[in-house]
Amino acid sequence: MKIGLILRPVLIALLLALVLRPDWFVPIFAPFAPAGGPVIYQRASMLSLSLSHLGIVALASAAATIVAVMLAILVTRPAGAAFRPLSRTITNMGQTFPPVAVLALAVPALGFGAGPTLVALFLYGLLPIFENAVTALTNLPRATMEAARGIGLSRWQRLLRVELPLALPVTLTGIRLSIVIALGTATIGSTVAARTLGEVIIAGLLTNNTAYVLQGGLIVGLFAVLIYDALVQLEAYLLGRMGG
Amino acid sequence: MIEIDQITKTYGTVNAVDAVSMTVETGSITVIVGTSGSGKTTLLRMINRLEEPTSGEVRINGTSTSTVKPHLLRRRIGYAIQGHGLFPHHTVARNIGAVPELLKWSRDEINARVDELLALFSMDPAEFRDRFPAELSGGQQQRVGVARALASRPDLLLMDEPFGALDPIIRTRAQEDLRHIQRKLGSTIMLVTHDMEEAISLGDRVAVMDGGKLVQYAPPAEIISRPATDFVANMVGDVERPLRLLSLISVAEIIEPGEADGEALPETASLRDALSACLWTGCDALPATRGGTVVGRVTLKAIRARAGAHE
Repeated sequence: MKIGLILRPVLIALLLALVLRPDWFVPIFAPFAPAGGPVIYQRASMLSLSLSHLGIVALASAAATIVAVMLAILVTRPAGAAFRPLSRTITNMGQTFPPVAVLALAVPALGFGAGPTLVALFLYGLLPIFENAVTALTNLPRATMEAARGIGLSRWQRLLRVELPLALPVTLTGIRLSIVIALGTATIGSTVAARTLGEVIIAGLLTNNTAYVLQGGLIVGLFAVLIYDALVQLEAYLLGRMGG
Repeated sequence: MIEIDQITKTYGTVNAVDAVSMTVETGSITVIVGTSGSGKTTLLRMINRLEEPTSGEVRINGTSTSTVKPHLLRRRIGYAIQGHGLFPHHTVARNIGAVPELLKWSRDEINARVDELLALFSMDPAEFRDRFPAELSGGQQQRVGVARALASRPDLLLMDEPFGALDPIIRTRAQEDLRHIQRKLGSTIMLVTHDMEEAISLGDRVAVMDGGKLVQYAPPAEIISRPATDFVANMVGDVERPLRLLSLISVAEIIEPGEADGEALPETASLRDALSACLWTGCDALPATRGGTVVGRVTLKAIRARAGAHE
């Protein structure tokens, strides 16, 4: 983990510079820009695009987490077990539907803007969270569950005090996968006018400006790597507290 | 007093527990012993309604358990199981305080109770209170599991193979601790085991289960000397019967005046230990002590007399 200690601050500094001081990178990106063309995307600030991008991802992932975890809780109760195959089919469909297709289908209903992107990211994010939460809730330590019942915890108390906390690390792995997928996928939201960092990439592709593509891509990539890393650290901390 | 009245549990067409009746006195240890599939665990789990009886009922101090909501009933009955079942995400203190917390004790009362129990189980409260179960040894985890079961001063403590996951040396120590604590607190304990040795050394009364039926319910000495069926005799083991009997009698019972050479035995030692000491040292008699002073002697002859005295 030594390399992480050095790499992490370096990457954070690089990301901050790219978002807050894009002009510093003119010399680096210049060779990729078309001759005489602009090197740095100027139509919107990187900061506002980043915040909007992260906001859309956070909103979609939060909604996906709530729905997927509630669904997982439902199908792991004795009364809800019958719904497990159905829920699995639904979340699987969400994953098989390409986000681009969801965007295309959602635009007529929701119009241009952030709406269709939120729907696409939400649907795409359900499966990993749902699958992990179900796995976690069905593989709880048997003796602990038996004791929880035996000492007199009610159903709700067992769920809130024992099952969910114990299922948290594995569920978090699903949330992490979902968030990282969403961070990347959100870029295509800009094709339907959602304000995301995809705007920079798409502008670059349309004007044959590789500098733009690099600028947008690097920022999205760094966000994904750093958020992934932070969530891994959180999971390791939670697992460590429970003794693995 | 716990009264189990004609309790039956049927799975499909099989009677896992078949019309079992028994009465457990307050302040005693009752050990339910049997092979796997004998229905002993099902019997125990019907007492706190982790399994609902098909017919029959259980009364605790005269009140039928079926009149109380199961999770409320269970808060009044301690429950300790094999592999302890501690909450891995809670500290030792929160684990032990789990039931008092459910019963809405005040924070101060819970903290005081946790420290009291840790001390009782020879674990320094300051050192162990804030640890997580994964940071404890197997023996310590097991003790915390029993402490949790005792925390709310329950009417009854149910234990399902509580020492099953411990290695033999720690197991013996844990059994002695349990005996000691039970005497001190006057708890009523029902314990399930497959180990007849454990049943005889721990139980005030032993209930032997076979094929869902209660085949004998008696004090250990009677189980050994007058087994009701071949099955019971088999579980006791014919060869070891005299030794098992001796292990139930303390040196105090056969001390006689006189002197002897050799290493002194405390009067609380069992005759089995005394016999072993005589054989090992080659002496016919050994001095016996009470509170450190020699009060007489134990002779091999007296031990032999007791080993055969039951017929």
